Amino acid sequence: MSARTLHEDASTGVSSHRGAGSLTPTMHRVVERIRETGDVVTLCLEPVSGGRLDFLPGQFNMLSVFGVGEVAISVSGAPRDPGPLRHTVRDVGAVSHALSESAVGDLIGVRGPFGSDWQIVPVNAGAAADPRDVVVVAGGIGLAPLRGAVHELVAAHREGGGRVFLLVGAREPSQIVFNDDLEAWARDGAKVMVSVDRATPKWPGRVGLVTTLLGDAGFDPANVRAMLCGPEIMMRFTARALVDMGVDPGAILVSLERNMQCGLGWCGHCQLGPLLLCRDGPIVAYAGLVSQLLSERER
Amino acid sequence: MSRPAQTPDGPGVKAADPVVLGLDGLDALITKLSESGYEVKGPVSRGGAVVPGSISGVDDLPAGVHDEQSPGGYRLAQGDDGRLFAWAVGPGSWKGEFFPAHQEVWRARASDEAIEFTEAAREAAPLAIVGARPCEFRALEVLDRVLKDGAYRDPRYADRREAAFVAVVECASPASTCFCTSMGTGPGIEGGFDLALTEIDDEGGHRFVVRVGSEDGSEMLDSVPSTKADAGDLEARARVLEGAAANMGRHLQTEGLAGLLARNMDHPRWSDVGERCLSCGNCTLVCPTCFCSDVHDTTDISGESSRARVWSSCFDLDHSYLHGGAVRASCSSRYRQWMTHKLSTWWDQFDTSGCVGCGRCVTWCPVGIDITEEAAFIAASDGATRVSPPSTRGGS
Amino acid sequence: MKTMDELLSTHPFMADLDADALAIVAGCSRNVVFEPGELLCVEGESADTFYLIRRGHVSLDVHAPGRGPVVIETVGPGAVVGWSWLIPPYRWTFDARAKSRVGAVAIDGACLRGKAEMDPALGFALLSRISKELLSRLQATRLRLLDLYGGRDER
Repeated sequence: MSARTLHEDASTGVSSHRGAGSLTPTMHRVVERIRETGDVVTLCLEPVSGGRLDFLPGQFNMLSVFGVGEVAISVSGAPRDPGPLRHTVRDVGAVSHALSESAVGDLIGVRGPFGSDWQIVPVNAGAAADPRDVVVVAGGIGLAPLRGAVHELVAAHREGGGRVFLLVGAREPSQIVFNDDLEAWARDGAKVMVSVDRATPKWPGRVGLVTTLLGDAGFDPANVRAMLCGPEIMMRFTARALVDMGVDPGAILVSLERNMQCGLGWCGHCQLGPLLLCRDGPIVAYAGLVSQLLSERER
Repeated sequence: MSRPAQTPDGPGVKAADPVVLGLDGLDALITKLSESGYEVKGPVSRGGAVVPGSISGVDDLPAGVHDEQSPGGYRLAQGDDGRLFAWAVGPGSWKGEFFPAHQEVWRARASDEAIEFTEAAREAAPLAIVGARPCEFRALEVLDRVLKDGAYRDPRYADRREAAFVAVVECASPASTCFCTSMGTGPGIEGGFDLALTEIDDEGGHRFVVRVGSEDGSEMLDSVPSTKADAGDLEARARVLEGAAANMGRHLQTEGLAGLLARNMDHPRWSDVGERCLSCGNCTLVCPTCFCSDVHDTTDISGESSRARVWSSCFDLDHSYLHGGAVRASCSSRYRQWMTHKLSTWWDQFDTSGCVGCGRCVTWCPVGIDITEEAAFIAASDGATRVSPPSTRGGS
Repeated sequence: MKTMDELLSTHPFMADLDADALAIVAGCSRNVVFEPGELLCVEGESADTFYLIRRGHVSLDVHAPGRGPVVIETVGPGAVVGWSWLIPPYRWTFDARAKSRVGAVAIDGACLRGKAEMDPALGFALLSRISKELLSRLQATRLRLLDLYGGRDER
């Protein structure tokens, strides 16, 4: 029932989107550095020796800072964007700090892409767009691994795909990432709702837990698929709220995280019960096993 | 390397027939392996334990060495018999020969323009092992599923593994901590090996019955002095294996075990074992299948940087570190992770048990925690939960 | 023009309430509209009403010297605003302010308390619904106390 199994059944064909099985990175150069919030930057990378890394929305890469170490970061770009490879990094540890501090021109090592994806059939793949509504719930920087997916979904909606509901939660207004994208997606027909936990005097929008947006978003619970990424507690409660609304647990995807050191299924750190998240995840169906694992302590 | 031996489908093809080697024959086999370009290793008695080491002949093997093992105890004793393989497994498994405890992956030198990577050198000569136990050979096959035959092939492990020659020696002397019969990994072995030896020391003399499992095995035996094994030799082998199975010190009930553990994640026994466990990680270090590793980057003073793969243990707090804290913060959760991985989730991940029943984790646990005892306890109290449900009986 | 019974029956708070009970509640209800910035409740004042929000959004504020109104929470269509009418001393704890044009049903708390005392079954039905709403708001507030997005990275 793992996402891997779903994957192999998916018409997108995942094998071509798995990186080489090597611990040696390919060198990329930082061509642009975008400050998103106080502690979040987006790095735009181009391979030193040309070419372009092929990925699916939701997959991750191992990024190396020379002499500091390596860390798993989801791709925050969209396959349909021809530009450089984007990763959005929050400064929380030694390697992510070094990544955050890197400047245009610096060299960054990239291994990947690894893991499962959001299972979005691109509209240009010849297949009919999925007519179901899709509700995307992102908490904090959890929007980064979803950014490429939302790009694809908004494009698919224009081609007859289901309506897109993007619900974003953030601690406070200054921590909302990708504001320009949020506006653009809203212009392109997505329903974008943002809620903060702590309002500032000038914040005109919603205040409250992101789950409180579910009720009046307006999607059809009987005909919707959901994609969740954010703190594990947020995903747990959001998934339960969706199921309580009548959403099929099998139609809910969550992006899980554990310590990742190799991305290749060799190092054992990313185990979550029977799952090796670099191999079977990070994106897995919420139904059954995963909902149980998320309820258990210290797994 | 274990290419299957030709099946004899006509008269004259003798390659797969068992033969008998004397000590001189075994010595000649070791020499032949060495002359064929292999780096030959086998069990040696060193530092009070039988461990993998380089050998150049039978004289390097631990003649007359016996061991006594118990939970938290391991002692060698010197007997006056000349048997070379009269001990059970020691602390060093063959895992480390293919997946070293510390292995440099690359070195890199940076300039402003580029970073140049140099892949770490590999061992020049292929490895030949003489004297791996059946449980250890099966452990390597378990590791193969992780590092060789999974989604990604680890070339460091897989190349050395595929090039290796393995002469297994069947087990005649299980320890009190052994339970390979429960796991189906011993004391005998059928298939997969290059050669399988059985040490026999009876009225017929001190000799080895040798079965051939691959073309390479057959080739290495070619010029080695041997005789055809007769019915008496084969009966002697069977008696050795029967004796070993009868002397198995421990038992693990594997029927339904994966499901049993999966549904008992809240069992109070985890807290109990968490009180006893020191979280020292000894069990993971001696385990022949534990494969967890860290990827370490370091920089030296010259500005050269390197990446190494280093064994790690799920008993380390940092094993489950997730920016801000460890997911498995309690000792009981780490023991639970280790044991349920071995016996339950390994099946989900790699379609095999992660335990081969070698008993090392029992012997080398400083407080003598016994995986078979823990499993049996949970089996006997299936469904117990951490907090007893409130009584439904009446009363004040 | 919809009748009050119809307005009430389409609000999630009243979902599946039987017709007789709806008619009783309707007898204590009136249809109200608030323009943006108008107050539904004022901190410290007597709490005699509660609101079933039908359209628009309402912010729950508390005013602080030098900071102006601090928004604690916003609620939208389908929500209930006001519990203070239930429990003595019936006094509002926060301001509730229309953020956009708000359409709501205002229910007279004293009137409803009187009806509920006469009809315990109705009282229980209403209290169950209020408890459910309170519980979900309390749980959401507790989760916000965790500062989910603050200390840890979510990748």
